[in-house]
Amino acid sequence: MNTNPQSFGYAQDGSTIRNPQSFEPVLTRNIHRPDSEKIATYLAHGGYAAVKLALTKTADELIDMVKRSGLRGRGGAGFPAGVKWGFIPKDAAQKFVAVNTDEGEPGTFKDREIVERDPHQVIEGVIIAAYAVGASRAYVYIRGEFFLGVKRWIKAIADAYEHGFLGENILGTGFNLDMSVHRGAGAYICGEETAMLESLEGKRGNPRLKPPYPAQIGLFGLPTLVHNIETLACIPHIILRGPEWFAGIGTAESRGPKIFSVSGHVNRPGNYELPLGITLREIIYEHSGGIRGGRELKAVIPGGASTPMLTADQIDVPMAYETLKAAGSELGTGAIVVLDETTCMVETARRLTKFFAHETCGRCTPCRIGSQRLYETLDRIERGQGTMDDIDRALELADGIDGITFCPMGAMLVNPARSAINHFRAEFEYHIQNKRCSVKI
Amino acid sequence: MTVNLTINGQKIQAETGQTVLQAARAVGIHIPVLCEHPALPPDGACRICLVEIEKQRGLQPACTFPATEGLVISTHSPRVMDSRKFTLELLISDHPLDCMTCEATGDCTLQDLAYEYGVKDSRYQGKQHNYPLDASNPFIQVERNKCILCRRCVRACSHINGVEAISVFYRGFNAYIGFGADGRMQDSSCEFCGSCVAVCPTGALWPKMSIGKGRPWQVEKVDTICSYCGVGCKLSLHIRDNQIIRVEGANGPANHGWTCVKGRFGYDYVHHPDRVLTPRVRRYLLEGVKKPENRESRIENSKGGTNLDSLVSNFWDWVETDWDTALNIVAEKLRTKRDTHGPDSIGVLTSAKCTNEENYLMNKFARQVIGTNNIDHCARL
Ligand SMILES: Cc1cc2nc3c(=O)[nH]c(=O)nc-3n(C[C@H](O)[C@H](O)[C@H](O)COP(=O)(O)O)c2cc1C
Ligand code: SF4
Ligand code: SF4
Ligand code: FES
Repeated sequence: MNTNPQSFGYAQDGSTIRNPQSFEPVLTRNIHRPDSEKIATYLAHGGYAAVKLALTKTADELIDMVKRSGLRGRGGAGFPAGVKWGFIPKDAAQKFVAVNTDEGEPGTFKDREIVERDPHQVIEGVIIAAYAVGASRAYVYIRGEFFLGVKRWIKAIADAYEHGFLGENILGTGFNLDMSVHRGAGAYICGEETAMLESLEGKRGNPRLKPPYPAQIGLFGLPTLVHNIETLACIPHIILRGPEWFAGIGTAESRGPKIFSVSGHVNRPGNYELPLGITLREIIYEHSGGIRGGRELKAVIPGGASTPMLTADQIDVPMAYETLKAAGSELGTGAIVVLDETTCMVETARRLTKFFAHETCGRCTPCRIGSQRLYETLDRIERGQGTMDDIDRALELADGIDGITFCPMGAMLVNPARSAINHFRAEFEYHIQNKRCSVKI
Repeated sequence: MTVNLTINGQKIQAETGQTVLQAARAVGIHIPVLCEHPALPPDGACRICLVEIEKQRGLQPACTFPATEGLVISTHSPRVMDSRKFTLELLISDHPLDCMTCEATGDCTLQDLAYEYGVKDSRYQGKQHNYPLDASNPFIQVERNKCILCRRCVRACSHINGVEAISVFYRGFNAYIGFGADGRMQDSSCEFCGSCVAVCPTGALWPKMSIGKGRPWQVEKVDTICSYCGVGCKLSLHIRDNQIIRVEGANGPANHGWTCVKGRFGYDYVHHPDRVLTPRVRRYLLEGVKKPENRESRIENSKGGTNLDSLVSNFWDWVETDWDTALNIVAEKLRTKRDTHGPDSIGVLTSAKCTNEENYLMNKFARQVIGTNNIDHCARL
C-alpha cells in the first residue's frame, strides 16, 4: 500500500488544498496553518471580525450586500444567495438556517475540507445569514460518514458559544442564535435541501414537493434558509472586503472565488481555490499538473458526477455557470473528474449510474425503476451481453426520465450515461460487437 | 376567487387553490392518475398525471400543479402520451402481469391504464422483485410484487385512520411498503380498518375473505347502512349467488366512503348458521309458570298428560316463537313492574348500535310510555 501522501497529491499536513501562488486564497487562507480548526487560530487571523461588523448593519443592508456580490449557491444549483435571503418572510415569528454539509456528490470533497479545517469561517457565515434573515436557530446537517467533520463541528460550535458568538445576546447586540449538529445516515438524496429538512425532522429522507420552497415553509413548517457551507464561507469575506471585491472576481454571471475539487487522472489531485471563470485547461494542466504519466486527456466531468461530461476538445471552456451551460454541462459543485485515455467510458457510465440508481429515494416511478433499467442496460453492454438496440434503449431511458421526475435527481442521474453515449458512442458499439473493451488492453 | 385556464383548447374557470387536476375534473376533462386519490393529500409520486403546460420547462403533474390564471394546458399531447407510456412501461417491467388470475382484474387502475395506453409489454426488461406473500393479517393479504409504490396506503393509514402502520422501507428500486418496524403486517399497529385496501389501485393489498370469490363484474352491488353502530356508515355489499363476498365503504354523509374493521370485514355473521333469525323466549315465560329457582328443574306435567318435549326440556330453555308473542311478554312484564313498583323502578339503557331515530324513540318510550327519567346510553358508560 502506498502511504506517502505526496504521491496522492496531498500536502504534507494531510490537507487536500493545493492553491497556486498566483491567486490569493480567501476561503482556504487558513487551512495550512497549524491547528487551523481551533477558535484561537481563527481569532488570531482576523476571525469573527465580519460578525462584529455585520451586527452593526441592518438586515436589509446585509441582504443588499450579498445581492450585490453576485454570490450564487455552491451546493450545486447555483441559485443567487442574496435573492434567497430576500425570499425569507420578514414577519414570521420564528425562522431557521439549515447548513448543508451532506456533500454526497461523487468527486466533491471541498466541504469536508472546510468543516474539518476551518469550521469557524462557516459559523461566522451562519451568524451573519441568521441575523440578516431574522433566524434564531441554526441546524447543521452533516454527512454521517464525516466522523472528523462531526467532531470539528461540535467543538467549533461549543467554542463559539464560549466566546459569546453564539447563544443569547451575541456580542451585546441583543441578537440570539442557537446552533446544533445533526448527523445524516448515509443517503445521497438527503443532500437535496427538502429531503435534508425531512431528515432533520426525523423522517424518511424524501424530497418534498416544491413550491412551497424552504424559504416559505421549511424546517418544522417555518421559513428556512438552506445553504451549502462553501456558500456560507463566502459571507464573512463579502462583509469584510465588500461586495464589489467579490463581484470583481469571475465572469458576468459567476462571481467570486470557488473551490474546485480535482480528482481522477491528474498528477496533483486536490482542492484548488481559484476564481470562477478560469478555464478547465488551466485547472487541469497548470494547477493540477496535467495528466498523469503524460497520457492523453479523454473526458472531463466538470461539476460533480451528476453533470454531463465534456470531451478533451472542450476544455477551453471557462468554469462558470453560464459558459458550462452553453457547453452542454453544468458548474454543479465545481468537482472536476479528469479521465484519461485509459478510461473505459462504458464502465464509467455504468459505475456512476449504479451509484445514482442506488441513491434515488424511490418515490417517483421514472427515477425509481428507470434508473435501475438504465443501469442494467449499461451493465449488459459492459459485460459484452448488449445488443445495438441497448444503446438506443439507454438513450430512450435517459430522455424519458429527464424532466418528468419529482425532484432534480432524475434529471441528474441520466447525465453520465447520456453524455458518455453521445460523446463516445463508438466505444459502446465496440463493446457490443466485440464483447470486450476497446480501451483495456 | 376564480381563475381562467385553457385545457385542450377549452376555456374553463377554476377556484384558486385548486390543482390543475381538480379544475379539469370539475369540468369533466379526464386526466389519468395512479397515486392521486381525492380523499388523500397529493403525493406526486407516480408521474402518470403529467400534462404539458405552456411556458413550463418539463411536463408537470396535474395532481399537484396549482391552477393559476392564464395557464394553457394540454392533457393528451404527443409528448404527454409518450411520457405516460414510458412510465407505464417502467411500472409493468417490474410487475407480475398475471392478470388472468389476479384478484384485482377489472378493479385495477394499472390494468385500466395499460389498456387505455396500449401498453402490452415493456421495452425495458430487467430485474423483477420476488417478495414473499404476507398473509399474516386475518383480513388483508399483502402481495408486494404487485405494489407500484403509489403510497396511497401509507397516506390512508396516516391521514384517514391516523395509525401510521404502513411506511416505505429502503431506497430506490429496493423500496417497498412495510409495516410497523418492518415486520409482518399482523405484528404492526394495524387496526384492520382496510382503508389501505380501499385505496390500493392494484392487487397488492386485497381483502383475504374475498379471494377467489368472484370478479367485479360478477357481483351485484347493494348499498346499505352498517348495522354495527350508530355512526351509520354507508356500505356497498358485493353480492354473488346471494352471498356477500366483499364489503366496501360507500359514499354516505356519515362516512364519505370509509368504514372501520367491523363494517368492512365483519360480515361473515350474515350467512352464519348460528345466526339467530327468530325471537326466542325462555320456556317458563312461554308456559306462563313461575320462574323456577333450580335451573335443572323439569317441567311438571301440570295438565296431567304426557308431554315428551316438556319432560326432556328445561324451564330455562330458549324456545323459538313469533314476534308478537315475544313482545307481548315483554310489554306485559314491564306493565306489571310499573304498576306494582312505580315507573322509577324501571330504567332504560339504549345502545350505540341504534340509530339516532331509534334512540330518540327509546327516550320517548321511557319518559312518555313508562313515565320515568331513568334513561341512559351505553356510550356514556
Ligand atoms: C439530489 C441532490 C443532492 C444534493 N446534494 C447536496 C449536497 O450534498 N450538499 C449541498 O450543499 N447541496 C446539495 N444539493 C443542493 C441542495 O438541494 C441545495 O440546492 C443547496 O443546499 C442550497 O444551498 P446553496 O444555495 O448554498 O447552494 C443537492 C441537490 C440535489 C437535487
Ligand atoms: S426523482 Fe428520484 S430522488 Fe427525486 S423524488 Fe423521484 S425517486 Fe426520489
Ligand atoms: S400497496 Fe397498493 S396502495 Fe400501497 S403503495 Fe403499493 S400499490 Fe400503492
Ligand atoms: S397522479 Fe399525479 S403524480 Fe401520481
